[in-house]
Amino acid sequence: MMANVLLVLPLLIPLLTAATSFLAWRRTALHRALAVVGAAALLAAGIALLVYVWNHGTIATQAGAWPAPFGITLVADLFSALMVVLAGVVGLAVVIFSLGSMDRGREAYGYYPLVHGLLLGVCGAFLTGDLFNLYVWFEVMLMASFVLLALGGERAQLHGGIKYVTLNLVSSAVFLAAVGILYGLTGTLNMADLAERLNRIGPHSAVTAVGMLFLIAFGIKAAMFPLFFWLPASYHTPPGAASALFAGLLTKVGVYALIRVFTLLFVHEREFTHLLILVLSGLTMVTGVLGAVAQQEFRRVLSFHIISQIGYMTMGLGLAGLVDSPALAAVALAGSIFYIAHHIIVKTNLFLVSTVARRICGTFDLKLQGGLYQSQPLLAVLFLVPALSLAGIPPLSGFFAKLSLVQAGLNAEQYAIAATALAVGLLTLFSMTKIWAEAFWKPMPGTPTENAAASLLAPAQTRRLLIPIGALALLTVAIGLGAEFVFTLATGAAEQLLHRESYIQAVMGGTP
Amino acid sequence: MADSSPNVVDPPTATGRTAGWMLALPLLAVAVYFARLLPAVAGGETFQFARDWVPSLGLRLSFTLDGLSLLFVLMVCVVGTLVLIYAGGYMAGRKYLGRFFTFLVLFTVSMLGLVLADNLLLLYVFWELTSICSYFLIGFESDRPQARAAALQALLVTGGGGLALLAGVILLARAGGSYELSALLNQGDALRTHALYVPALLLILAGAFTKSAQFPFHFWLPGAMEAPTPVSAYLHSATMVKAGVYLMARLSPALGGTELWLWTVTGVGGVTMVVAAWMSLTQSDLKRILAYSTVSALGMLTFLIGLGGPLASQAAMAYLIGHALYKGALFFVAGSVDHETGTRDINQLSGLGKAMPMTALASAVAALSMAGLPPLFGFIAKELAYEATLHAPAKIWITTAAVTASVLLIAAAALAGLRPFLGKARATPRPAHEAPLSMLLGPLVLGVLSLVFGVWPAWAADALVSAATSAVVGQQQSVHLALWHGVTPPLVLSAITLACGIAVYAARGLILRLSALWGRAAQWGPAGWYELALRGLNGLAISQTRLLQSGYLRHYLMITVGATVALVGYALFARGVWRANVDWTDLRIYEAALAALILMAILMAILKESRLAAIAALGVVGYGVALIFVLFGAPDLAMTQFLVETLTVILFVLVFYHLPEDQRVREGAGRWRDAALAIAVGGLMSALVLVGTPENFPPISSFFDEHSVPQGHGRNVVNVILVDFRAMDTMGEITVLSIAAAGVYALLKLRKRPDSVTDDVEQARAEDQAAVTSDVAPTPEPPKPPRATDLDEASASFILRPASRLLFPLLLLFSIFLLFRGHNEPGGGFSGGLVAASAFILYRFAFGVQATRGLLPVSPLSLFGGGLLISASCGVLALLEGYPLLTALWSTWFVPGFGELHVGTPLLFDVGVYITVIGVTLTIILPLAEE
Repeated sequence: MMANVLLVLPLLIPLLTAATSFLAWRRTALHRALAVVGAAALLAAGIALLVYVWNHGTIATQAGAWPAPFGITLVADLFSALMVVLAGVVGLAVVIFSLGSMDRGREAYGYYPLVHGLLLGVCGAFLTGDLFNLYVWFEVMLMASFVLLALGGERAQLHGGIKYVTLNLVSSAVFLAAVGILYGLTGTLNMADLAERLNRIGPHSAVTAVGMLFLIAFGIKAAMFPLFFWLPASYHTPPGAASALFAGLLTKVGVYALIRVFTLLFVHEREFTHLLILVLSGLTMVTGVLGAVAQQEFRRVLSFHIISQIGYMTMGLGLAGLVDSPALAAVALAGSIFYIAHHIIVKTNLFLVSTVARRICGTFDLKLQGGLYQSQPLLAVLFLVPALSLAGIPPLSGFFAKLSLVQAGLNAEQYAIAATALAVGLLTLFSMTKIWAEAFWKPMPGTPTENAAASLLAPAQTRRLLIPIGALALLTVAIGLGAEFVFTLATGAAEQLLHRESYIQAVMGGTP
Repeated sequence: MADSSPNVVDPPTATGRTAGWMLALPLLAVAVYFARLLPAVAGGETFQFARDWVPSLGLRLSFTLDGLSLLFVLMVCVVGTLVLIYAGGYMAGRKYLGRFFTFLVLFTVSMLGLVLADNLLLLYVFWELTSICSYFLIGFESDRPQARAAALQALLVTGGGGLALLAGVILLARAGGSYELSALLNQGDALRTHALYVPALLLILAGAFTKSAQFPFHFWLPGAMEAPTPVSAYLHSATMVKAGVYLMARLSPALGGTELWLWTVTGVGGVTMVVAAWMSLTQSDLKRILAYSTVSALGMLTFLIGLGGPLASQAAMAYLIGHALYKGALFFVAGSVDHETGTRDINQLSGLGKAMPMTALASAVAALSMAGLPPLFGFIAKELAYEATLHAPAKIWITTAAVTASVLLIAAAALAGLRPFLGKARATPRPAHEAPLSMLLGPLVLGVLSLVFGVWPAWAADALVSAATSAVVGQQQSVHLALWHGVTPPLVLSAITLACGIAVYAARGLILRLSALWGRAAQWGPAGWYELALRGLNGLAISQTRLLQSGYLRHYLMITVGATVALVGYALFARGVWRANVDWTDLRIYEAALAALILMAILMAILKESRLAAIAALGVVGYGVALIFVLFGAPDLAMTQFLVETLTVILFVLVFYHLPEDQRVREGAGRWRDAALAIAVGGLMSALVLVGTPENFPPISSFFDEHSVPQGHGRNVVNVILVDFRAMDTMGEITVLSIAAAGVYALLKLRKRPDSVTDDVEQARAEDQAAVTSDVAPTPEPPKPPRATDLDEASASFILRPASRLLFPLLLLFSIFLLFRGHNEPGGGFSGGLVAASAFILYRFAFGVQATRGLLPVSPLSLFGGGLLISASCGVLALLEGYPLLTALWSTWFVPGFGELHVGTPLLFDVGVYITVIGVTLTIILPLAEE
């Protein structure tokens, strides 16, 4: 009974919020209020779910009361529950930030219900236990993000949006084809049932080939090498709050899906599939960070870093598939999960900071920014926390994320990937210091009057925007200092992922 | 350290000076606290403290205080105290002192943590923190580009080394089974023979060498002189740069003593001490002379630790103390000279002794100690070093290197410590005068300590050096230092060194000329490599990004699709035998014909130049697919597909109305390449569809057939699937539709420039590559007054209007009929909604947008919002009844004249779908038809 409610709240809350807002289309004030309440409720529901799963293990509910595998099952294990919590955190922070930063036009044209539409898609993807249903949630997410991306209709937005939607539709097409072919091979869509049936098939080239389709489909979503083009082409175009939301959540849904199917379904030819994932992880790290080094625009630097860090997140997955020891596999996968949690908070925050910096300096161009260390010391500190964390500086969250993966890599004797991860860490530090030196340290180019004219708001107005930023920064510090807690959670999640029987049991073992 | 001022307010001048004293007091207290432990530690006692932090990763908050730690702790605290006081005077009147002192205090804490940590990961944590503090302090005068560049350089070099160290530490822990130094140091023999010994050692040494500025990583340290002088004195001379030395000394019981250790550490240290000492003579900036001589001293320390054994270790420890005392003082002096005269150029400085007598005195003591003259502590340290080298393997070379470095350092000491104060007074940018008390205290105290330690080593130096040496060697040592040992080989060497040193100083002109020759080659030195690497990195980054992120959507698609072909093709064909699992005999002729029709239509769509023709061809594809649905028994899907295709064509026509004429079709080779790729994908997908596996599973669809009527209360399986079995999918899909509709609506209504969609590829590419975007509010366009367009007039023909008047209610009725029969016969919310929407569209063509809007009770957006809510609440109803989400609730009503009627929430759900579809369709089409 409890499971029935807890599992659906993270879907119902954003759905009802969005639907009610659409119903009251012209009532922008209501949209704003609903969005905050909805996001806070989503976070609360996520936490409740996580606590429940922590205490009771993996839970499932059969929508429509149709027994698995015939209906659609919603499942929450620690991994998905944790992801829902993170979606709630990002949602709440971004919505609060939006209250003070979003323009009237976008607010009037459905910005807030769209945000909740996106959260619905994201949470649905985390909680579904059905492959086709996952496709549906991906579509919800894609449509909501595309509309958010294009909302406002600025020229750059539309150009970015076209690339975004085209490449993501390729992902959808591949995904759908893969689901269809897999259904043809196995006759089922329920992931737990699929896991059992694929077990019975064992290693088979057709199954692995379908696995490759999923790798491509989710790899595009996750912005892995060489499928990431849509991300740097689009993330710098929408308003800052929207890009912060994307930066925090979108690619991580892709990573989530990759981890889910490559721990649950496609695990029979790991020496091929997971080695491939590992190699692609390394290439993703390197190409992403080099992309960041080449950029001179705040959000573009950050966007390329997303790609680079996706490589870290998939690195643990690749390692976990290649080691024999279950304990080592759990540690590697836990590293990935830890990295995801850390990254979501930090990256969202950096995009929020970039938006504030842009408002003060009038531009996202680092060459034209400057002087923020002198004029905005609080903002400077709030930039440093996530930036240094991203670069893996101890004792912030990113250090532990990196440490766990490098440890796993070295212990698995995969020295190349461990070395890559470390070297890319240095380059990450390099490009974070580029932002710091340009936007914060360097005096602002131009005369004071020019600069005052360029600024979009008085410094005092930034205070309100700093509240969500400060909260996320505190969370980053807390994850670092309380790394043991988060790592224990991540390890628990990883063990559940690797112990597939418990998942299958929770889904197939009858309706609760 | 709570009184470290918050970094938000700039304290006025007086506060800056007081802050130095205020902050120094607690640090002095710490120094005293630890100093009192010296006797116990010298007696072999250690103090420990341990708490868990992140045990899962091996990171514990464990600290150990032994002799080596204590030596460093006292150095950090004593020099730190003096630096804080000094900085209060030196920095008085500057802006952002709060931030300055914050970083300085943070550094002190980190440095203390580094030398006390027992856990290697914890040590690494502090190690990185010192690098970060150093970055912010070097770049403190952030207005100057040189300061920013130097900060970055130092961070990259030490940070890079730090990462190597991290890898080395993890490998070491893997070899030794623990991150705790206390556990590792006992198992030196096991570690030295472990397979991971060599990589672990080299990685750890890379960390130590970069941090302690060993050749070829030394160049960052002279660069770091961009920092304010108190920082240079503290971080870049006395403490942080010695962290590498500390680490090597600390690990030498576990890792030292091998050939690899000996020749790597001694070799690198030896080269560093000689090269850097030479370089120091070629400088004219006081601080850079001191920086290079610091590098040289660090080289000497590394060199001695490399030699290992009790003799070299005690020499290293003594040298460490000696260096901290004299170099700290000399940096203070350099800062004072700079502060009071306005220059640090030794060619402009002479005869300052008269104006700055106390500073001159301190400087002289420090310089003499640096030169290794009795009765100062520097002398004792150098004697011990010679003693060690004379007992080393290959002692000729080793000793020669040590003597050479010492000779050069004597000249450097004279250059930096004596020359500015001797001779005739010269005019300086600011008239020279004595430094304030806060800035005299440091050099004088350190000078006095140099003297006291030299004259009276038994007071504290013996205990300090013994305790530290014991820790480095790994067994209890007792050292007795003395100025006079009789006429021994080291004394003779010292005499030779002094004579040569004076000669070198006299011949400095020659050295400068030599180095001018050398200067051209020097740009190829390590600092040049750094520049080159940085430029290379940027170049690589830019060209790689241009190549990958080209800005052309076509390229992106090509790579994405190409990757798909490669991966799937490889998995399918390269790793096994492909065999089709198809029985072609049951293929019927009309199926084949339909497939051929679809294929031809696709070809048409590709080849046709005109957009309309291509769309028409795509329409044929759509209808063909609908026919497939018919053939395979899904009339519902077919009906929906037909309606969707029809509406799509209407939509396209409306959209084309707004599009520019121009369209591009690729010519030549590009087209063939695209074709090849497309065929490859298609072929691959077909191959994948046709392949089978040995297992033959029953599909879940049979369950739907069986349970549709008894439990789903509907004979139309497709509809039962949509509203019951898989209602959640439907819920998601109508959400997608709603969001899409809201998006189209916003795109049409909320636009900055109505003409912003162009076909201009170059423009798109440019925007992909270089950002120009704004975060500003695009003002929504005011709602346009309704106007009757030509289109409206023309279409409002005599026939259309009456026909529409008649058809509109009929179509609506039909749509409701479709909706309610849907559960048992073909129909349902989707197709019903589409028919209803068609009715509205028809009405719109007859009577115009305004009239059509008038037919709707609410705006189309609210309509789909409401539809979504209705569908969702069906799901919630079940939840309230205690069933899982979307569970169907049925009740049977008896309707007179009709019989039993099953009514359930799935029907209500379908009503929601119906309303949503109407709302969505009208939201999209009405505004399009408006313009």
